[in-house]
Amino acid sequence: MTNQTKTELENLALKVREHIIRMSTDGGCFIGASLSCADLLVYLYNNVLKVSPKTVSDPDRDYLLLSKGHDVPALYGTLAEKGFFPADRLKNHLHTNDSIYWHPNRNVPGIEFHSGSLGHLISVAAGIALDIKIRDGKNKVYVILGDGELNEGSVWEACLVSATQKLDNLVVIVDRNEFQANVRTEELQPLEPLGAKFSAFGWSVRRINGHDFDDLESGFSQLPAEKERPTVIIADTVRGKGLPSIEKRADRWFVNFSHEEVDQLLKELHGEHKTVLTSETLMVR
Amino acid sequence: MTYEEILYDFVQKDDRLIVMTAENRAAIRNLPPKLGKRFMDAGICEQTMIGMAAGLALRGRIPVVHALATFLTLRAFEFIRTDVGIGKLPVILVGGVPGFLSDGNGPTHQAIEDVAIMRGIPGMQVFCPSDAEELAAGMPAILESGRPCYIRYYAGPAPVKHTTPFELGKAELLGKGSDITLVTYGFLLKEVVKAQVILEGKGFSVGLINMRMLADADKAAIISAGKSTKLTVTIEDHFQTGGLYSIVSEAYMEYLYENDWGFSSTNIIRDNPPNKYNYQEDFRLAKVFPIALNQKWFKPALLDRVLDYEGFTGEKLAERIEAEFLKCK
Repeated sequence: MTNQTKTELENLALKVREHIIRMSTDGGCFIGASLSCADLLVYLYNNVLKVSPKTVSDPDRDYLLLSKGHDVPALYGTLAEKGFFPADRLKNHLHTNDSIYWHPNRNVPGIEFHSGSLGHLISVAAGIALDIKIRDGKNKVYVILGDGELNEGSVWEACLVSATQKLDNLVVIVDRNEFQANVRTEELQPLEPLGAKFSAFGWSVRRINGHDFDDLESGFSQLPAEKERPTVIIADTVRGKGLPSIEKRADRWFVNFSHEEVDQLLKELHGEHKTVLTSETLMVR
Repeated sequence: MTYEEILYDFVQKDDRLIVMTAENRAAIRNLPPKLGKRFMDAGICEQTMIGMAAGLALRGRIPVVHALATFLTLRAFEFIRTDVGIGKLPVILVGGVPGFLSDGNGPTHQAIEDVAIMRGIPGMQVFCPSDAEELAAGMPAILESGRPCYIRYYAGPAPVKHTTPFELGKAELLGKGSDITLVTYGFLLKEVVKAQVILEGKGFSVGLINMRMLADADKAAIISAGKSTKLTVTIEDHFQTGGLYSIVSEAYMEYLYENDWGFSSTNIIRDNPPNKYNYQEDFRLAKVFPIALNQKWFKPALLDRVLDYEGFTGEKLAERIEAEFLKCK
């Protein structure tokens, strides 16, 4: 990847993170999970997905489904920056005049399907991928899962079926930020060796750093990784990435910051200082 | 035409149709080799099958999915409600061996809350055919409705000659009666028809409504019967909660409320209703007697024995209904 391209992606990711931070007040949002997948979404919408505001209803577009729906602020921000809808609409977050709320829904242009209940969209994605196969289509279906979401049995059902159906147009991306809602995944329900689990289910496995654009480029190049097999890309990420004051903290899953804190966090994002969070922002949902 | 033939016919003339199963092929035994890519067996993965059906429907398909009624509606309930229901997707859910038809399998296999939970999903249709003929008659309209539908699958021989063409949301009136109206759906119609004959032989005037669909339910037919008869009896192989008895109760309350039957926010019935109506005459509705499974699973055994034990044979139904009618006279 050229340095220029990388700089463009980094700038775009910064803008998306600004949107996420602005959505973390006046009701708040799931900031940690949103920040961990921001680079992934920016990379996908910029360099991978064959979809644009003009082709959003084209049956030959690539699909991206957000199964870990609570990280939707990252998707809202990415879609707004890519012109699917005006970024102004993000000010309507949690207002009844729009459909911008804590989980995805199809009233927001560019969002393919609703989620919020974990363990659903890998099977919905498999259904879309199956139809593309039946019609001999060339497009792909990408679905982002959280690592905590892998607790859900339905994920593994869908893994079995997708491998059996040889859905090599299906790509699962695991946002491996190592946190469930309130605790570390490995403390609650250990997932490692994670790649081996998918591999045993008949999937091709790649593991990358989900914040390194060079790594993302190699991860998403030449898909499917193997013919007739679905691919999983395990992206190692950091919860809260970009804001050292909240990175990797169990109590910064869902937050509702004060306006002052948001101002400070925006500065922190640009490396100006580290925010000292004073108000009680821990919320457990 | 049989159910299978109808599906095959639709697959050929409408390329939106996809037939799926969670390893339950009883209703579609002969189809898989004929359908090729338009058939998929997900294995014993009801949730994943529903999720995939939603994905297929998003691509413009009409998936017709098959599984045992109890596992389809209960195990995959949240997928049905969340992916199909919230998504308003035209997925057709075919539940095998509902109600008493699970005979000796035991309570794990008894789908006797399926109507309650399926009709609780906004936009979901519930179709309960009483035989193969009615199932076949209803399929085209259901498949073309553009809405999700739960089919309480039953394809036994027809116990009556159906004279009313199938229409979405409409019941079939199989005789009017001034004493008693029997209201039922699905497999039990054949026992209820027997009960009707026995009761009429004893000199009672007995009407019969075959509901066909419990969502959207034909509430007009229920109210019409309630006005013209003394006792309405709901008969169903379902928990008393949430099924036909609940539908009739809801229909009654809606009717009375719409007709200003003296409701206010503080009193259920006003002390002094306005004089413009003679309530006893104008809004009298038949009493309602529920025959259902009240707070219990049924005794597992061979089907005939279940019907006898639980009091759902034509003879036993007639006895129970006569006793109730004599009480309320």
